[in-house]
Amino acid sequence: MASAAAAGTSPGPAAPKSRRSVTGTRRTVAALFLLPALVLLGALVVYPIGYSLIRSFYDQSGDSFAGFDNYRALFTDDGIRTALKNNVLWVVFAPTVATALGLIFAVLTERIRWGTAFKLVVFMPMAISMLAAGIIFRLVYDQDPDKGVANAVWVGVHDTFAESSAFPKAHPGRESPLEPAGGGAFITKQPVGLGVPVALPLVGVAPDQMPDSAERAAPAEPEDGRVTGTTWQDFTRGKGSGTPGGVDATELGYAGMRIEAVKDGEVVASAEAAGDGTFTLPAEADGALLRLPAANFEEPYNGLNWLGPSLVTPAVIGSYVWMWAGFAMVLIAAGLAGVPRELLEAARVDGANEWQVFRRVTVPLLAPVLAVVVVTLMINVLKVFDLVFIIAPGSSQDDANVLALELYRKGFASDQPGIASAIAVFLLLLVIPVMWFNIRRLRREVRR
Amino acid sequence: MTADGVAPATTAPPERESSPRARQSLGSRLAEAASGGLVRVFLLVVGLFWLVPTIGLLLSSLRTPQDVAASGWWEVFTKPSQLTFRSYEELLKNGDITSSLLNTVAITVPATVLVVIIGALAGYAFAWMDFPGRDWWFLAVVGLLVVPVQVALIPIAELFGKIGLFGSVLGVILFHVGFGLPFAVFLLRNFFAEIPRELLEAARLDGAGELRLFARVVMPLGGPAIASLGIFQFLWVWNDMLVALIFSDSGSQPITVALQTQMRQFGNNIDVLAPGAFISMVIPLAVFFAFQRQFVSGVMAGAVK
Repeated sequence: MASAAAAGTSPGPAAPKSRRSVTGTRRTVAALFLLPALVLLGALVVYPIGYSLIRSFYDQSGDSFAGFDNYRALFTDDGIRTALKNNVLWVVFAPTVATALGLIFAVLTERIRWGTAFKLVVFMPMAISMLAAGIIFRLVYDQDPDKGVANAVWVGVHDTFAESSAFPKAHPGRESPLEPAGGGAFITKQPVGLGVPVALPLVGVAPDQMPDSAERAAPAEPEDGRVTGTTWQDFTRGKGSGTPGGVDATELGYAGMRIEAVKDGEVVASAEAAGDGTFTLPAEADGALLRLPAANFEEPYNGLNWLGPSLVTPAVIGSYVWMWAGFAMVLIAAGLAGVPRELLEAARVDGANEWQVFRRVTVPLLAPVLAVVVVTLMINVLKVFDLVFIIAPGSSQDDANVLALELYRKGFASDQPGIASAIAVFLLLLVIPVMWFNIRRLRREVRR
Repeated sequence: MTADGVAPATTAPPERESSPRARQSLGSRLAEAASGGLVRVFLLVVGLFWLVPTIGLLLSSLRTPQDVAASGWWEVFTKPSQLTFRSYEELLKNGDITSSLLNTVAITVPATVLVVIIGALAGYAFAWMDFPGRDWWFLAVVGLLVVPVQVALIPIAELFGKIGLFGSVLGVILFHVGFGLPFAVFLLRNFFAEIPRELLEAARLDGAGELRLFARVVMPLGGPAIASLGIFQFLWVWNDMLVALIFSDSGSQPITVALQTQMRQFGNNIDVLAPGAFISMVIPLAVFFAFQRQFVSGVMAGAVK
């Protein structure tokens, strides 16, 4: 915007001076210099504004006057209402998050030697097209955690804090002593007794999915006054299932499997299988049924459906922030360079810590720059189209809808130019305050 | 974006070592060193975070579609043998993609040159010529800075349809010129207005006419602003998808639109999309690295669009 431009390129304000022509230009010459620009601006920018304004009051075919019907559709049409709602989310969150990050980066990089390299990295996405950024983020947001980096990281974090189950596909084989107990758990058909080793064979875990701690399964030794047993993968590769129900030489124990002893629906004891699949339960387990609870068999956590209906808008906003935080950072860094060092030093001498200096001195001094950045980004965000169009897959594009996208759909996909024109006029109205502000600011400057 | 381009004149370190610091206790200095370390780690993580998406695209473009479908791009760190230029070789044999790349150039170069020339002519007139209502005309042009391109899509589509420009490279160029002009006029007029009057008068005394004055004095002096404007406009047009999506057809579409048409089958077309996106980024990134300063000032001045 105007003030940013002044800070950016044009030389500093000069003393008032005459800019009367040095040649005493004839008006025809001035007109010739201006003609190409004014003709193009008139035909391509001014004329469309008038046309849209008028068109927005006519019906679909453009033949009959429709009053405010098209504007009423802005608030009744489901597609437009979703778009409006999402645009509000965009305008509230995208500029503030991008500006906050830009502020943090600008302040933190000030004292770092490789701050310039950092700025280069963060600013770089500004140079590429939104289409390329969209393709980049389609890859990032791939739902399969083995392919999409967002879910790979997310699942990694999740599994660090929440233990994942080890045997999602395990189930009893034929003639098994176990039966389903509902909810994904399995339970023995017969009660177990002291001193008689129990066999809890299951099948179905892929060899590469077995926990690293799994060892060769071993038959449990009988023990007086205790219930012992083995739970293991009862499957020998290449030889069918080996001896069904018996521990064969190459079969692996279910290391870490939870086993519960259940009497009358109450858990009386529990144990965890060792690396070789053996476990030991105290005497209370005598006569109980052994249950392998469902927690052993839950499907692994697969991360978030980033581009699904509920997360698609935040996800696309994330990609926008990736593109534009660098813009905020660069403008704020330029503003920061103009903050007088003495003020910061004075605050430090007065005993303010770094946070107080930042909060009470730096931010207030930067307020005008921050305002420029936020307003610029808001205008930019109002018109966001490419990122949503590219990143949101067809299935959730309705949920990710924004005004500019809806304008495109209404105007060019579903042939409703009246409603599309109303959206265009609405967008224009939203930026008029900024237009007015720019003109007012410049009028003072121009008049010198 | 060199240091002086982005954050000019940050205070030099010695000043920070000055008296208040020296009096600090060892404890608070240690705490400061630790937090300085934290800041570095934080920035390192953020920087990585910012780079990873682009690296992901690059590495995906260097793997076969089968590998991309089977596993994440980070697998190449353990299996570097997966890297191959095959997708790029295929892409450059793909007539649709290569002709769309040529279209991108055919749209971007004229749209940039025209905006610079037409904008400079008007900017000079607004800065140094006498005619009634000069400043009001200029303010009107500035008012157009924030007009969203969306406003013009439907009217111009109909207009171009009537005069036969719809679907042509020329139509796309004209649209970009129209919407590039307010910023061009704004930026150049402000820059030209700062040219010392004496320089213009001297040239005038040497007998230069208005056109000569413009070409021999004003344009060369306007170099920095023209460079910023040119780079900004170049990137803007090169990276555009929306305008071309509407005003070009299959024969005149630029690379962005050609790739966009492949998005519907994202997974199946990844061998076109990933290398195509990367190729489309090469020129902007080259421009970005070569002209960081001008780019930054252009972006700073032009974010209105």
